[in-house]
Amino acid sequence: MEIMNIVGFALVVTVFAVLLREGRPEMALLLALGFGILVFILVLGKMGTIINLFRDLTRSARVDELYLTTLLKILGIAYIAEFGAQICRDAGEGTIASKVEMAGKVLILLLALPIFAAVLEVVVRLLP
Amino acid sequence: MDVDVIFKIAGLGILISVLNIILKQADKEAQMLTLAGVVVVLIVVVQLINELFNVVRSVFHLF
Repeated sequence: MEIMNIVGFALVVTVFAVLLREGRPEMALLLALGFGILVFILVLGKMGTIINLFRDLTRSARVDELYLTTLLKILGIAYIAEFGAQICRDAGEGTIASKVEMAGKVLILLLALPIFAAVLEVVVRLLP
Repeated sequence: MDVDVIFKIAGLGILISVLNIILKQADKEAQMLTLAGVVVVLIVVVQLINELFNVVRSVFHLF
């Protein structure tokens, strides 16, 4: 099972990070960043199958493809923004982390606008 | 899950700190050594970040 070797590997990397932290703090940060990216790539690889299932469901339910693609984009932006913000906060840079999160929120809001418009349009059509 | 990248970074980090200690004993301050170490590790990590963004782009059809 992947979770076994992920956790084992995480412990090893943590030991290395602690070892490096007092001598070379920036190396420890880069090490943590490298490990985070590796796990992220592994997990995202598996995310593809979930997304394909959602696509088949939406196609069979004849729901408009726009909603799913927007949802996926928002999910992607959220993942990346959270990943970056966490790395920055780990390094002690709280301000940079909050700026990254704010940018993520604005971009997600931007993506959600067409869906707001669609919902409003449906509501208006329902009103007598 | 390519393990060797992580051990490459960790090895570089430890190598840099050991070299720094050695240079300190020879009472020569090596600022360039730290810089060189960080640059090399950054190159490796930037390639990882590039791979990450390609995976995200393919999975989430972001761009």
